[in-house]
Amino acid sequence: MSASATAEQPAILVDKLNKWFGTLHVLRDVSMTVAAKEKVVVCGPSGSGKSTLIRCINRLETHQEGHIFVDGTELTDDTRALDTIRREVGMVFQSFNLFPHLTILENCTLAPIWVRKMPKAEAEELAMSFLTRVKIPEQAKKFPGQLSGGQQQRVAIARALCMRPKIMLFDEPTSALDPEMIKEVLDTMIGLAEDGMTMVCVTHEMGFARQVADRVVFMDQGEIVESGTPHDMFENPQTDRLQLFLSQILRGH
Amino acid sequence: MSATTPRAVHEIGQPRREPPPSLIAGPLAWMRTNLFNSWISTAVTLALGYIVLRLGFSFIDWGVIHAVWSVPNTPAGTPDPAACRAAHGTGACWAMIGDKYRFITFGRYPYEQQWRPLIVIFLFIGLFVVSGMRRFWRKELALIWIVTLVVIGTLMWGGILGLPYVGQDLWGGLPITLILSTFGLAIAFPLALVVALGRRSTTMPAVRLVCVLYIELIRGVPLITLLFMSSVMFPLFFPAWLPTPDKLLRAQLAIILFAGAYLAEVVRAGLQGLPKGQYEAADALGLGYWRKMIFVILPQALRLVIPPLVNTFIGFFKDTSLVLIIGIFDLLTAGKIAVAEPIWQAYATEVYIVLSVVYFLFCFSMSRYSRGLEREFRTSARR
Repeated sequence: MSASATAEQPAILVDKLNKWFGTLHVLRDVSMTVAAKEKVVVCGPSGSGKSTLIRCINRLETHQEGHIFVDGTELTDDTRALDTIRREVGMVFQSFNLFPHLTILENCTLAPIWVRKMPKAEAEELAMSFLTRVKIPEQAKKFPGQLSGGQQQRVAIARALCMRPKIMLFDEPTSALDPEMIKEVLDTMIGLAEDGMTMVCVTHEMGFARQVADRVVFMDQGEIVESGTPHDMFENPQTDRLQLFLSQILRGH
Repeated sequence: MSATTPRAVHEIGQPRREPPPSLIAGPLAWMRTNLFNSWISTAVTLALGYIVLRLGFSFIDWGVIHAVWSVPNTPAGTPDPAACRAAHGTGACWAMIGDKYRFITFGRYPYEQQWRPLIVIFLFIGLFVVSGMRRFWRKELALIWIVTLVVIGTLMWGGILGLPYVGQDLWGGLPITLILSTFGLAIAFPLALVVALGRRSTTMPAVRLVCVLYIELIRGVPLITLLFMSSVMFPLFFPAWLPTPDKLLRAQLAIILFAGAYLAEVVRAGLQGLPKGQYEAADALGLGYWRKMIFVILPQALRLVIPPLVNTFIGFFKDTSLVLIIGIFDLLTAGKIAVAEPIWQAYATEVYIVLSVVYFLFCFSMSRYSRGLEREFRTSARR
C-alpha cells in the first residue's frame, strides 16, 4: 500500500461484487479498494472480467450482488446518485468513442457546458488548456475523423479531464492503437499520474505499470487472483496463473 | 572494363507508366466505354435510342406542334372547345388548362379572393427554403414557423383585417396539399422521434409497450382506412357536447398519426445503426438521457437515415392525395373535378400531365435537397 492510501475515505470501494451475463458468471466475489490518488493497474488474460469490473465502477454495466462505493456514494438504481458519480469519474475507452459529428473543441466542451453549467467561453478556455496539455491544441477546430488514433485517444483523455473528475478509468486505452502511437498516449497518462490523479487502468502495458502503478491487480476467470506492488508482482509472482500470464505477456513484447 | 554486359536492371528515371484511367476521358471515350463497347451493347443502345427518340418526337408533335394553346369564347362568354375537338387525338388541348388552372390551383376558393391562397403557396415555399438552409437552424426558426403559420391561417380564413371570411369547406387545390403535407410531416416528425426513443426504452416497459402498439396498429392499417375512420367513424364517437373537429382537421390528424408511425421506424433504424460506444461515452460523461439523445445520439442517427427519411417524406407528400376519397379538395381532387366539366371531359390527360409536373417539382426538390444535405454532412464530419 502506498502512503497516500492512509486518506480517510477510499475513492473506490468494491465489496464482494458478483455479476452474471445471462448464466455466465463473469465477476466472482471481487473486492477491491482504491485510495485517493492511488494508481491501480488491472491486468489479466482476455475474458478475465477486468473490463467488466471497471465498467461497473461507473455503471456502464450493472452488478447483481455486492456493493460499489465511489467517493462515498453507493451505486444503485438511484439515477441521481449515478449522475453525481459519473460527473466525478472520467472514462477513456479502447475505441476512443469521440463524437464524430462534433469538433474536437465541441467534444471537450459539451459536458462541462451542459452538465457543469459552465459558461461557453470558460468551457472553451478550459478545453484549450487540456488540449494543450495533451499536446494537440492546434487540432481544436478539426473533426475526430481527421485525427490519427493516438491523437483521438489524447482528445478522449482531454474530454474526460474537462469534467475535472476525481477519478479516471482507462479501459485498454492503447489496445486499438498502432505501435508507434502507443507511447504518446502512455506519456499523457504518465503525466496525469504524476499530477496525482486517482487512476484505475486496464492495460497490458507492463512498462507503464512498473513506472506509475502503486498496485497491480491480476484477474483471471472473474476473480482477483493476486495483487501487490508492481515489483512484487513481476519479480515474485505467487501463483501459477500469474506466472503463466506474465510469461505470455513478456514473450509477446 | 569497357565490356559491358547487359543486365536486367530497371532503369531509374524512366519508369514504365501507363496513363491513369481518369485521363481517358471526353464524351467520345465515355460513349465508347459505356454505350458501344461490344456488338450487343451497340445493338441495345441503338434500339433504346430509337424508342426514346420516337416517343420524344411524338410527344413534341402532340404537346407542342399540334397543340391548341387557346380557344375563342362563345358569344355567351364560355370557352368554345371546337378547336380542341378538331385536334383531339393529334394535339394536346392546353387551352383547357388555361381555362381551368385557377380552379385546379385554388379549388372553390372565392374567385376574387384567390390572391390570398396564392400568397399562402409562396409563404409555404419560402418556409421550405428558409428551413432548408443550415444557417437558419437555430431557435429563431421555430418563431419564423409560428409567425408564418399565423399569417397563413389569417390569409386562408380571413374574417379579420377587412378580409372576408372563407370557410374551410371552400379551401382547395395546392394550398390544401401543402397544408396537409407540411403540418402532417412537421408534427409527425417530432412525434416520431419521441416514439422511436420510447420503443427503445429499457427502463420504462410501459412506455415501450405503448410505442410498439401505436407503431404496429397504425402500420397494420392502410392510410385510406384511417382517413375513412377519421371522416366517418370519428364523429360518431366524439362527445356530442363538444364541437366536432372539422373534416380537414380530422384528415390532418389521421395523416399525422400515420406518418408518425412510419417515420418512427426510420428513426429507430438510425438509432440502432450507431455504435454502442457513442451511448457509453455520453453516459460516462454524465450527460443524462435527454442531453445524450439531443446532442450526441439523434444528430448522428438522423444523418444516417437521411435517404430513407426523405423517401418517407416524398411518399407522404404524394399520399396526401388520398384525401380525395373523403371529399377533401386537394390538388388532385381539384384536377379531377375540373375534368368533370362537360366541355372539357375529353382532356383528362392534359390535366394529369400538369398535376404530375407539379407533384414532380416538389418531390424532385426534396430529393435534390437531401442529396445536397448528405454531401454537406459527409464533408463536414468525416468519420
